Amino acid sequence: MKKIKYSEITPENIYKNRRNFIKKFGLAAGSVFLSQNLNFSAKAAPKNEDLKLTEYRYVTTYNNYYEFGTGKSDPVERSEKFKTTPWDVVIDGEVEKPLKLSIEEITTMFPSEERIYKLRCVEGWSMIIPWLGFPLNKILKKVSPTSKGKFVKFTSILDPEQMIGQRFPILDWPYKEGLRIDEAMHDLTIMVTGLYGKKLPNQNGSPLRLIVPWKYGFKSSKAIVNIKLVEKMPTSSWMKASPNEYGFYSNVNPRVDHPRWSQATERVIGESIISPRIPTTMFNGYGDQVANLYTGMDLKKYF
Amino acid sequence: MTKYLKPGVFILSLFPFLIITYKIFFNKLGPEPVKEITHFTGEWTLIFICLTLSISPLKKFTKLSLWINFRRMLGLFVFFYATLHLLTYVGLDYRFDWQPIFDDVVKKKYVFIGFAAWLLLIPLAITSSRKMVMLLKNNWKKLHRLIYVIAIFGSLHYIWLSKTIFFKPLIYFIIIILLLAFRIKIKNKNINYG
Repeated sequence: MKKIKYSEITPENIYKNRRNFIKKFGLAAGSVFLSQNLNFSAKAAPKNEDLKLTEYRYVTTYNNYYEFGTGKSDPVERSEKFKTTPWDVVIDGEVEKPLKLSIEEITTMFPSEERIYKLRCVEGWSMIIPWLGFPLNKILKKVSPTSKGKFVKFTSILDPEQMIGQRFPILDWPYKEGLRIDEAMHDLTIMVTGLYGKKLPNQNGSPLRLIVPWKYGFKSSKAIVNIKLVEKMPTSSWMKASPNEYGFYSNVNPRVDHPRWSQATERVIGESIISPRIPTTMFNGYGDQVANLYTGMDLKKYF
Repeated sequence: MTKYLKPGVFILSLFPFLIITYKIFFNKLGPEPVKEITHFTGEWTLIFICLTLSISPLKKFTKLSLWINFRRMLGLFVFFYATLHLLTYVGLDYRFDWQPIFDDVVKKKYVFIGFAAWLLLIPLAITSSRKMVMLLKNNWKKLHRLIYVIAIFGSLHYIWLSKTIFFKPLIYFIIIILLLAFRIKIKNKNINYG
């Protein structure tokens, strides 16, 4: 497959968004923003990947967000009134300078850039999404992790009043996830506050979520309230639910099948009924950037 | 009046098929069309299994034997929707690419049990005619008890393919268990009273 330049594939609605963006922030700022994007996508895009963006309506109506229910359309239908302000995020644990930041402080302290990533769900489908976010390492550097901070544990909000799914024992609430410190510090790992040039919709994990593009989607926690540096490997909600199915690493890997589903191929969201599955790539196509994190590790054992 | 009932049930049973056909031709299947068809036909297979299993209890509770008239047709609709479900998976999803399909059947227990359930449906569909009922006599009843096994397989298929049992896989499992438990009760009563 040939590599398609970002400028060639950007659909019209993005151009419109971008124009709004440029209008808002002034032409000069806008063009800087644009050129950064181009640079970035050239660096971070999966190679040999047709980066055709998934339509906004699919990105925002087809979600796995069990806090709002297990159906794909539950999140968009049930999250409209979810309150994302006020919202505080605590960054603590094995750090020298723990921090408590409001979501407003976060968005002003860490300017967002656009990153077009492929999202591969463990269920065997994928989307290409233009996120707005910033590298997680920018936050982590602010709190200065100590030598004991070997892992990062992410905790999402616990609010059964607003989140109907949390009234049932679907998972060990609140949602917990984790990364190794070098994975968390990696430049591809971002904290997301928006998509398609807009504020992050509630059903996509507003106001603050994680995106780790080389791992299955469930690793990328939504509605995060706590980022904790810890010494021992944290147990995620999915690991607790089914330890033989969901490992800590959960890197996209076509050669390691989920015990119940094959991971060799995937369906591209928004494609027509006659389009075939596409082969899944190692590390979701980000192997050039992240494979060195796992040198010498048996990825079948550490799935 | 009763002579219109059967064609009525037939047309009603075709309704899910008409809906999915409409959705295919008018592009209303949403972001993951193939999965949508797979899930739709799979769920309707389970619904028709439940309907077929409801006939005996209905007959008993309402003390009306007319329900029996629909059982064969409902059973054949189980086979119809199960076959559509299988064809969607084999043809639309995997494009008759037999290697990954074979791998799935051998390695993935939910595919294995689903495929087994479909295989077990074949003898039931073949022997569904009046002639076969006459021909097989008592054996026909025994053979068609396979539907109990198929129902359990179908329910397990759904549970095993889902990331969590909440809520639909659990609901179908409970309904099927209740419908099967009802039959055990009848048997016990027979033993107790005669």
